[in-house]
Amino acid sequence: MADDPYKILGVKKEASADEIRSAYRKLAKKHHPDLNPGNKQAEEDFKAISGAYDLLSDTEKRAKYDRGEIDASGAERAPQQSWRQYADAAQGERYAYSTGGAGGADFEDLFANIFNQRPRGPAKGHDRHYSLEVTFLEGVSGATRRITLPDGGTLDVKIPPGTEGGDTLRLRGKGDAGMGGGPPGDALIEIHVAAHKFYRRIGRNLHMEVPVSLKEAVLGAKVTIPTPAGDVAMTVRPGTETGTEMRLRGRGVPAHGKHAAGDLHVKLNVVVGPADEALKTFLDGWEQPGFNPREGLK
Amino acid sequence: MITFESLHITGLDEAELGRWIEASWVRARGTRGAWQFDEVDVARIRLIHTLRHEMEIGEPAMPVVLSLLDQLYDLRRNAARLNKALATLPPEARAAILERLET
Repeated sequence: MADDPYKILGVKKEASADEIRSAYRKLAKKHHPDLNPGNKQAEEDFKAISGAYDLLSDTEKRAKYDRGEIDASGAERAPQQSWRQYADAAQGERYAYSTGGAGGADFEDLFANIFNQRPRGPAKGHDRHYSLEVTFLEGVSGATRRITLPDGGTLDVKIPPGTEGGDTLRLRGKGDAGMGGGPPGDALIEIHVAAHKFYRRIGRNLHMEVPVSLKEAVLGAKVTIPTPAGDVAMTVRPGTETGTEMRLRGRGVPAHGKHAAGDLHVKLNVVVGPADEALKTFLDGWEQPGFNPREGLK
Repeated sequence: MITFESLHITGLDEAELGRWIEASWVRARGTRGAWQFDEVDVARIRLIHTLRHEMEIGEPAMPVVLSLLDQLYDLRRNAARLNKALATLPPEARAAILERLET
């Protein structure tokens, strides 16, 4: 602290010891950090004030300072364990205003609104929130998954068929214990469903694309389609184009509860595949008179 | 445990401290001549000594000053407890509370 101690205390150079004490007292009353807890500015100000007072209240030091033999630095008072450090900590409870209790009564008074809204009698326990990622097919067909709780316990979660991402399952009574004899809370499990390699889901229907070869498309064929409930043979009619959609009734999300089963929508894609010499030779001498595949672009 | 002899507070006299203890401004264990203090009590004695002698607050005014100070620190401790409790809430809950406080 290198500032002029006379200025800090607001006294003249020739001020008497009494004037200096009186000036210090006035400033200390205002800036003492124990009277201004949490106020950094007061703390800084008081450091300067007490440093200035320590220097000017000591006749010998004051004379040396006046003669320019010492400066004001180093005059700061060594910090002591202050009241506010204790009073702000748990030890301060010893001098709590409310008869030295744990401050509970005061606290309820202060936040009366919160405490009044808290039910007094038996209360249902808090709900617990979990999230669970399931595979696409588990979401479609349903499954039972066991989750491990933070406390080491386990919970069997029955995922009903047709569960979608964002659905929340409620397991009654699997949350926190009730209070005052109330029922336990629930476990709320938010489900996330992973994407599938080839199925997409819209509501209760599934959609997929199925590639067919040139020969299958032109001549027709029976092809095997994997559905969530197992393989199904599907007839590709002769002369099938890319983009042809077919519906396998009841092969989407299976029926459960009041919901009927959804369908599996199959979109056929014709793929040429490796073209051998025979195909090339055949196509070389082959025409489709009057057919323009880009007719629609005109 | 700290005794009167090991307090080392300049200008503190035993009779005066006795009055503070009788008035329950300071909570000492033991009886006169064999008082025992915790660190928090020593800080309390320093506080009262500062108020009485540096700020020259008279003894009759001290109960008012101390009761107001004690209530201030009760509030600060409770605010800190509330703060700590709020810090354990999920971020959405804290954001909701902050929003209410700002309106």
